[in-house]
Amino acid sequence: MGTTASQLDKDLLSEYQELTFLTKQEILLAHKRFSELLSKDERNFENTRVSMERILTLPELKSNPFRERICHVFSTSDQKNGSLTFEDFLDLLSAFSDSATLEIKSHYAFRIFDFDDDGTLDCGDLEKLVNCLTGETDDTRLTTDEMRQLINNILEESDIDKDGTVNLSEFQHVISRSPDFVSSFKIVL
Amino acid sequence: DDEVFSSNEGHERERHRGRRRDGDGEKKKRKKRRRKEAHRAEEGEDEVQTRHERREREKRKRAKNDLETKGREREEEEEQVQTGSGKVAKTKKNTKNEKTRRRAEEGEVEVEERIEKRKKKHGSDNKDEEVRPERLTPEELEKLKEAVDERKKLIQSLRGKPWPMKKKLVTLRESQEFVEKYEGALGKGKGRKLYAYKVMMTKKCMKFQRDFENFKTACIPWEMKIKEIESHFGSSVASYFIFLRWMYGINMILFGLTFGLVMVPEALMGRPYGSMPRKTVPRGEETSAMDFAVLWDFGGYAQYSVLFYGFYNNQRAIGWLKFRMPLSYFLVGVGTVAYSYMVVIRTMARNANESGVGDDNSFNFSWKMFTSWDYLIGNPETADNKFASITTSFKEAILEEQESHKDDNIHLTRFLRVLANFLVLCCLAGSGYLIYFVVRRSQKFALDGLENHTWWERNEVNMVMSLLGMFCPMLFDVISTLENYHPRVALQWQLGRIFALFLGNLYTFIIALMDEINIKREEEKIIKFNITMWEASLYNGTVSENSTAPSITINPADVPRGPCWETMVGQEFVRLIISDTMTTYITLLIGDFLRAVLVRFLNYCWCWDLEAGFPSYSEFDVSGNVLGLIFNQGMIWMGAFYAPCLPALNVLRLHVSMYLQCWAVMCCNVPQERVFKASGSNNFYMAMLLVILFLSTLPAIYTIVTIPPSFDCGPFSGKNRMFDVIHETLESDFPAWFSKVFSYASNPGLVLPFILLMVLAIYYLQSTSKSYREANVELKKKLQTVTFHLALVYFCTFEYTLNKNINATLLFLLPFFMR
Repeated sequence: MGTTASQLDKDLLSEYQELTFLTKQEILLAHKRFSELLSKDERNFENTRVSMERILTLPELKSNPFRERICHVFSTSDQKNGSLTFEDFLDLLSAFSDSATLEIKSHYAFRIFDFDDDGTLDCGDLEKLVNCLTGETDDTRLTTDEMRQLINNILEESDIDKDGTVNLSEFQHVISRSPDFVSSFKIVL
Repeated sequence: DDEVFSSNEGHERERHRGRRRDGDGEKKKRKKRRRKEAHRAEEGEDEVQTRHERREREKRKRAKNDLETKGREREEEEEQVQTGSGKVAKTKKNTKNEKTRRRAEEGEVEVEERIEKRKKKHGSDNKDEEVRPERLTPEELEKLKEAVDERKKLIQSLRGKPWPMKKKLVTLRESQEFVEKYEGALGKGKGRKLYAYKVMMTKKCMKFQRDFENFKTACIPWEMKIKEIESHFGSSVASYFIFLRWMYGINMILFGLTFGLVMVPEALMGRPYGSMPRKTVPRGEETSAMDFAVLWDFGGYAQYSVLFYGFYNNQRAIGWLKFRMPLSYFLVGVGTVAYSYMVVIRTMARNANESGVGDDNSFNFSWKMFTSWDYLIGNPETADNKFASITTSFKEAILEEQESHKDDNIHLTRFLRVLANFLVLCCLAGSGYLIYFVVRRSQKFALDGLENHTWWERNEVNMVMSLLGMFCPMLFDVISTLENYHPRVALQWQLGRIFALFLGNLYTFIIALMDEINIKREEEKIIKFNITMWEASLYNGTVSENSTAPSITINPADVPRGPCWETMVGQEFVRLIISDTMTTYITLLIGDFLRAVLVRFLNYCWCWDLEAGFPSYSEFDVSGNVLGLIFNQGMIWMGAFYAPCLPALNVLRLHVSMYLQCWAVMCCNVPQERVFKASGSNNFYMAMLLVILFLSTLPAIYTIVTIPPSFDCGPFSGKNRMFDVIHETLESDFPAWFSKVFSYASNPGLVLPFILLMVLAIYYLQSTSKSYREANVELKKKLQTVTFHLALVYFCTFEYTLNKNINATLLFLLPFFMR
């Protein structure tokens, strides 16, 4: 159950095609790019885990402000260190692919934005989200007043049950009306 | 909570896996035997199966009971701990999923149990027993079938489940095994072969579909180029190139139709060049027919070729295939329009489905938060730009929110807006008049003979139209600063005005063209008279009127020719498109490339920073380019009937544009600083395309229906109206009853009620969609009040159970009084 030296098993390939939204070429390309991240002797092992630092050298993820959250969300490691196996990598690409459904994209988007992993987006999560979006430099950050105003506006719009947090169904409701979400929530190798 | 569930499920799976590991070895053996000895092995298989299944059944039942009690406990716990109703909703949904899954499993377990019981009942003949469906009652068969179907559905839906890959793989393999095992069993008995065959065909079909999808995605051209642009510039610039590629596809199909069904048959099977007067360059023009200048203007040899309407002969059937040329010409013209309508409307419908309701302003801030980052960006410079633009947009939105509560000086703003609109109208009127004037002048020049005038005077019309197209939008931009709108609204106004400008120009051009057509038709009468005189002079005195004249061979080039307004119209459109293309490319090279080169190299020796201040690198103007593309297509649709070469020309133009613009964008442009799309949905540009399609086919249809074709050129010469060809075909080529049916169908008494019915249907559908939208708003409001009440109830229960707080319970009665 895993990848062999440099070839992907044919049965496994068809199973991956069945279970993800990727086409055969995309899976093979993903396999190639993933093997490039491994060192020569690691390639012979099955099911190798690649550390988060090496994954983040991929150009598609390098400039993304949510890169660490993405790795954490898709990682199945027990130490919660954000390392990915090839199958996790495929899960990542499948959720971000062109043909993925809105439900799966919004589900994963919610988990990515949930910085403290508690199942809801509360003020702390939203604040960290805004800071990620405005860049890490000091001159692009928002002032505390603006931040407070922004978070209030967001909660006013999205928090239907007025509990001070945005949960998954409220998030999915907001996202489903957005015309931009599906086209911007895409990563292609 | 999702993770709590998933970790529990993970434990359950591990337990199952552990127990099955001893059955694993047996499973592998079973698989091998299945492959080698299909029929005989089944009996041996079942023996092993019954033993293991009995064990597994019992263990699964035990596990299921454990899980049920645990699930129930968990539910109660959760209800107590949580106060937020949102979480309750989520666990409710999760438990519902659990329940359906458990029900599916239960169903399977039940069926398997019954099979077991049946086997046990029939005593010691266990080993020879097969799962014969005749032994099962029909309802059990139904249940088994349902279970198999549910498993199949599960397999289909696995892609869309947010589970880690390991879990999905395990579920997939389990379900596939189950389906294989019992599908075979279901197929035994009556219709076994047919069932097995059907199953095999569905599997093959699915595999074929998947391969075909893979192949189709591999065939899409320019995918790598567009991905590169996406990663550097974001998705809005890339959307222009995707639109360009889509247009290219449409034009390829139009090209295929006109080339394959009109140009090629005439070239292969029609009478060759020089055999008839209409197919030959007249004697007077022969000397200049090969000049490059004349060819560039599409005169000379280019005019008397399959590229234009005038070349085609009105012979009813040509060649050994008896190809109906005039009919084909007419139907291809109609077909291109029909195909274009179909494709545009289909794309609009698909976009409308995907993007939901569309322009909703109720989630402004949330959308900015959750959907503004473009995950395709792979370039750190672009990322920085994006950060800056997001920050700006947040700050602006916050300011706007605060300012919208203020309401200052509305009268001045209104006055300024009215003034701006008035100025714009003046501009539009001015440009329309200018074009009309220039077209009239060019007619005068044509009468004087084109050689006497300078290049500018010869190409005045096209140059003026292109220049107006370049400078008026800038003027509109300046005028719009008076109006002080929100940038998105201002962009929409700008696009609307440019649209009006182009439309006005095009229609003025067409009106001027109509004048020329009328002039040509007047000429026709004179020339007809002249031709009869000329023919009489040929037979002058050689023969009397009653006997048949001997055929005098006259070179077709010497025959006096009638005027051909259709070819003239085609030529005008081709020239317009060529000059439009040239203007676009030259503006690109000068405006973008030269500017970038200057900024880059002069920066070393200039006083101020050219890159940061004026002029800096140019941005890619998405909306301007998209509009240009749409209008270009409109001109193609207008002229394609009279110049079959237009789609071919357009395919070439789009091909070159794609490469040129991709290069120019990567080389000379910088990402936009503020990204404001004209509208959230893609349907804005599709709607414009549809309007242009409608407006451009209108003139062509008008000319086809009202103006009689020229007598001396084209496939419809000699007829009263162009569409008479349909009438003729119906009468001569189809059986008699067909034309009778057609004449009934085109009876106004039938057509008018049909139109009325369609209008009623549109009205009905419109009102239902409005009522759905209103119902949506109502439901949203209800959701808010309901969740509020629910929250209150749970809060009170919590308070009561934990603190035995009586006062709190009274609180929950409040909502009922508040109603």
